[in-house]
Amino acid sequence: MAGASMKNIKIRIKSVESTMQITKAMELVASSKLRKAKERVEKSRPYFEILHNTLWDITENNREFTSDFVIKRNVKKVCYIVIAGDRGLAGGYNNNLFKAVANHIGERSKEEITVLPIGKKAVEYFEKRGYEILTKEFAVAEDVSVSDCFEISRLISKEFLSRHFDELHIAYTRFESMLSQTPDVIKILPLSIEKENKETDNKSKMMTIYEPSSETVFDSIVPEYISGMIYGAISEAWASELGARRTAMDSASKNAGEMIETLSLKYNRARQSAITQEITEIVAGSEGT
Amino acid sequence: MNTFHLQIVTPDGLFFDGDAEKLIVRTTTGDVCILARHADYVTPLGMGQAKLTIDGKVRKAACIGGLLSVVKGEVRLVPTTFEWAEDIDKERALRAKEKAEERLKNANDNKELAIIEAKLKRALVRVSVSDK
Repeated sequence: MAGASMKNIKIRIKSVESTMQITKAMELVASSKLRKAKERVEKSRPYFEILHNTLWDITENNREFTSDFVIKRNVKKVCYIVIAGDRGLAGGYNNNLFKAVANHIGERSKEEITVLPIGKKAVEYFEKRGYEILTKEFAVAEDVSVSDCFEISRLISKEFLSRHFDELHIAYTRFESMLSQTPDVIKILPLSIEKENKETDNKSKMMTIYEPSSETVFDSIVPEYISGMIYGAISEAWASELGARRTAMDSASKNAGEMIETLSLKYNRARQSAITQEITEIVAGSEGT
Repeated sequence: MNTFHLQIVTPDGLFFDGDAEKLIVRTTTGDVCILARHADYVTPLGMGQAKLTIDGKVRKAACIGGLLSVVKGEVRLVPTTFEWAEDIDKERALRAKEKAEERLKNANDNKELAIIEAKLKRALVRVSVSDK
């Protein structure tokens, strides 16, 4: 009896040890990739911010609302670009993002939503729930390059102008630090500023020169803006995924270490009690003769 | 000479953040020159050379795509790609040019043709900027 349980415990320790090796390796891989991803985020962040601010300033000062990109429409359909991971094992990374998207969708029915998922997990999630999917071409989040972002942006602008959908949001996970990442949904189109008070309206009466014309400017700048935002969001999301995975794997390795400790304690106890029993049996046997 | 605050930023990072005297860039409709106290201005960028004057010294760069905006005296140059002339790998640009020329001969459909033409243009801009 004691021998059998000893063997069982030994097998369990072995299996926990091999799991720990895997989680340790994944943690190392994630942290080395994270370093690169973090650099990319830090490099692309000023672009992301300046581009956003510039577009914001331009639209704020815009008096000639002639471009389709700035006109607010009746919202019949909303498009979400959801940037999630390609793989699981990253703690709550994917789930937190999907929860944020679900919250943002709120009361809207499935027919009013269309999704452009980036990352295999996002594709799986929205496919399973029967949402309309714009394209599955960009399923692998890790491989998306700047030129892919331009392609996505071209596709999105075309669909937006053909009135396939009336609003565009990007859902991604913002990389705050190595240890904290927050899911976020930002509105991209239409580029309309919610005018909260009329004071700011009167203040900015500055004339802006658009060359060659405000429509051409918007029509060529907005796709640029969209692709820039997508690229920035993907960089952030990729770093977040690695950060989340590293943390998850770190705690998994720690748990495995704890488990091995308690299991080896159990194993030693079982071994000791087996020895004690054997001795008692021998003593009892020798007393009998 | 009066200066203005200029930021040059691309997806690859912040290239310049400081005061400049003069900026000449190629837009989709031709070259423009920005000086201090320019009126509010927005334009998409073409492909070409950018010339930037800082403290009387001129720096050249290949500047492709994106936009230029002047809002309340703040000048922001947001191109898709931006390379200082001294950073351009001329060998690579020449190779890219030859490759694009080669492929241009065998291009089939219009979409492919447009992509190759854009590639060739970029290579030509790089070569010409690094030449001067």
